[in-house]
Amino acid sequence: MSIKILINGSEFEFEENLTLIQALEQTDIEVPRFCYHDKLSIAGNCRMCLVEVKGAPKPVASCHFSLSDLRPGPNGELPEVLTNTDQVHNARKGAMEFLLVNHPLDCPICDQGGECDLQDQALHYGINKSRYKENKRAVDNKNIGPLVKTTMTRCIHCTRCVRFTSEVAGTEELGAIHRGENMEITTYLEKGMSSELQGNIIDLCPVGALTSKPYEYHARPWELRKTESIDVMDGIGSNIRIDSKGSEVMRIMPRYNEEINEEWISDKTRFIWDGLKTQRIDTPYIRENGKLIAVSWDRALTLLTELIKKTDPSKIGAIAGDMVSAEEMFLMKKLMEKIGSNKYDCRQDGSILGNQYGRSSYIFNPTIAGIESADAIVIIGSNPRMESPVLNARIRKRWLTGLLNVYLVGEKHDLTYDYTYLGDSPKSIDLKNISLNNSKNIIWLLGDDVFLRDDGMVILSKVIECAEKTGSIREDWNGVAVLHKYASRVAGLDLDFLPRDEKDSAQQMAISKEIELLFLLDADEVNTKNKHTVYIGSHGDKGASGADIVLPGACYTEKNGLYMNTEGRLQETNRAVFPPGDARDNWKIIVEISKRIKKSLNYINFEDVRDSLRKEYPIFTNINHIEKNTFQCLDRLSSQKQKLNGDVFSNTITDYYLTNSIARSSKVMGECSMQKNGIEIKNG
Amino acid sequence: MSNIKKENNDFCFSKENLSLAEYEINKYPKGREGSAIISILWIAQKQNKGWLTPEIINYIAKFLDLPQIRVMEIATFYTMFNLIPVGAHHFQMCGTTPCMLSGSDELKNLLYEEIGEQNSVSKDNLSWVEVECLGACCNAPIVQINDDYYEDLNATDLKNIIDDLRAGKEIRSGSYKDRLTSAPIDKNIKMLTQDEIEKISKARKKPGLGA
Repeated sequence: MSIKILINGSEFEFEENLTLIQALEQTDIEVPRFCYHDKLSIAGNCRMCLVEVKGAPKPVASCHFSLSDLRPGPNGELPEVLTNTDQVHNARKGAMEFLLVNHPLDCPICDQGGECDLQDQALHYGINKSRYKENKRAVDNKNIGPLVKTTMTRCIHCTRCVRFTSEVAGTEELGAIHRGENMEITTYLEKGMSSELQGNIIDLCPVGALTSKPYEYHARPWELRKTESIDVMDGIGSNIRIDSKGSEVMRIMPRYNEEINEEWISDKTRFIWDGLKTQRIDTPYIRENGKLIAVSWDRALTLLTELIKKTDPSKIGAIAGDMVSAEEMFLMKKLMEKIGSNKYDCRQDGSILGNQYGRSSYIFNPTIAGIESADAIVIIGSNPRMESPVLNARIRKRWLTGLLNVYLVGEKHDLTYDYTYLGDSPKSIDLKNISLNNSKNIIWLLGDDVFLRDDGMVILSKVIECAEKTGSIREDWNGVAVLHKYASRVAGLDLDFLPRDEKDSAQQMAISKEIELLFLLDADEVNTKNKHTVYIGSHGDKGASGADIVLPGACYTEKNGLYMNTEGRLQETNRAVFPPGDARDNWKIIVEISKRIKKSLNYINFEDVRDSLRKEYPIFTNINHIEKNTFQCLDRLSSQKQKLNGDVFSNTITDYYLTNSIARSSKVMGECSMQKNGIEIKNG
Repeated sequence: MSNIKKENNDFCFSKENLSLAEYEINKYPKGREGSAIISILWIAQKQNKGWLTPEIINYIAKFLDLPQIRVMEIATFYTMFNLIPVGAHHFQMCGTTPCMLSGSDELKNLLYEEIGEQNSVSKDNLSWVEVECLGACCNAPIVQINDDYYEDLNATDLKNIIDDLRAGKEIRSGSYKDRLTSAPIDKNIKMLTQDEIEKISKARKKPGLGA
């Protein structure tokens, strides 16, 4: 049903199920607001969005006034809404005056200054002096954890944060205690917040009551250079904006992308930036007498060239890490081929998931946005809340509508939504246990950890079989979904950065005596026992500390690169700052090595690399696009000899905050981990 | 927040209060047990000598399957719930306009003298607090002691009440001026009979304003 209304004298037509503020937004009329947010429920308590409706005795709050409540005039005239009259302006001015009664005038020392809704709107609706003679209200600050700093005197009680934690994050930790003038936003007895999405309340807060603790007094918004990029902390590739000042990343903010992260990002994505500045390798190192010593690029590369020449090509291997870009893996693969070795792997966690059964067998086919049209989801061996909090919020969003049934096979966790528990081992994946009769769009969500088991491919085969039986693999819907934890994994599988032989898998290579020289391309999760290892990467973590030659590389904020997210969607990072010290782009390092060993990869600039990659693998052509995917050789998959074993599923993420080398270098992430594990953080 | 006191003992509903609580919960549909929260908090407060501890709030949160903060929100919103200890006789003195105009300031000073600061328990186990309108303005000024209203008070009446309480005597609730509930104090003013009321209303031209 559509409805015609007059807005400021011009006629518009809208869907009837909209609220007035949504309709006004469609006509590009700006309506000031504090409490209304289009991803949260409607509260209607700030009264800033008042508009005049012809026939109504007083101004109405447009955020919770439904278009279907508008009535025609006595002679059948169209309903009329006015947003630019004196009455509207005075009403908003009045609402603003009350909001400012208790709001402190501390903008010069407030971190929100410059991007504050209250500040901006006071410019239009504020009055130039205060009529309030009484004392202003003061409220104690609350300690709600290491991420969110509170200055509760500034709070205007819009309750966006309360609604976010209970609706989107699903942890119900924040609340408003006391009432009237004494109302305070707090957690129960000032406990620290436990949500992995709590950073978003900083963006939601329209004033400076909730600000970022790590970013406290670091920079002003107008000083920051904004670079649009993507995140590599998990497999979904949340869209982010990197705010930098000079050579430093100052903060990371979400960027709106309805298809992936809506407007939320996880705390690891948001607060990782202090890890980008600590434990950085800023100069090459070589190991002499058991100790790593800083050397020049020339010396490190000369040593490496000698090593490569000395070693039998079949005894050289390479492992790519979890945060490397497609171009880097592509070049690494080329380099290995030039050297004459085919021993390379991008699965440092020991996963057995390959690309032999088609692209559909290793990506999240239903797509993240597709969760919103799913009727049932069967989660197998995964804890989406830890592996991808933003995706988990999407599942919760769908679950809240009451149209999604969730089933879980694997470890029991608090996923922020209710689920039917089917069992803890693969044997519980049985259509007898699940009533999917009324479900049309079913998602079979397989965690990464499933493929760490020996029978991982058998489970995949069983799941595909179940999916086919329940009709969840159709022309318009493919319900088999692999949730990757790592940003570079799908690109690695697309690039075939995989060993030819099972015994050359990453974990085998690392402990094998046969591999004498192992390249670690940003790989920090393997324990190496090889004769020589070469680490190319950014952080001094596990990989670098055991290496014989360390070549300093760039982080994801310091390079351009293509990443394939878990849906198989191509996205790119953009350089926000330059790598520190002598560190170089990883692609330059690899090309330089190839030149030194006289087997040059002929690339002059980065565009050459990307063009060459796209020529060989056209799938890396269209940014923000998902190719049509299929399964291949499924008969071979189902005819495997191996059987399911009865082992229970286990999740490998034990500490959400410390899953990669950047996170482990971050003080903030360390504090979060301590809080989660109940260790008290000492101040100072 | 900081004035919420901790007491380290576990709380559990007594047998009869448990059945009372279940009776309240059964008033609401299944899955909406949380709706009974005010009654449940009230029962718990009664059992715990008139105030709620964090242990009780935790207990009730588990009992009704609600997040703790939601219970806390309710408990702090309503002044009928006390989050700090109260005396055996808890005075709630109304200080809103009609009571103030009828002399509640006098009562307030007396309470300060006799019992001490607000929100503290005196040695003889009395406590008091100034509250907003108790909704009995026609009998102002009024003081609520535990569950009963004591109306039309002046300082002498209240002093007598406090002394009686200290002596362990019974006290009389209701109006302390010689009248039935809120009937006119002036004995010459008579109540209208039903006939008279009808006569007056017929004489009115229009109902509502201007009559």
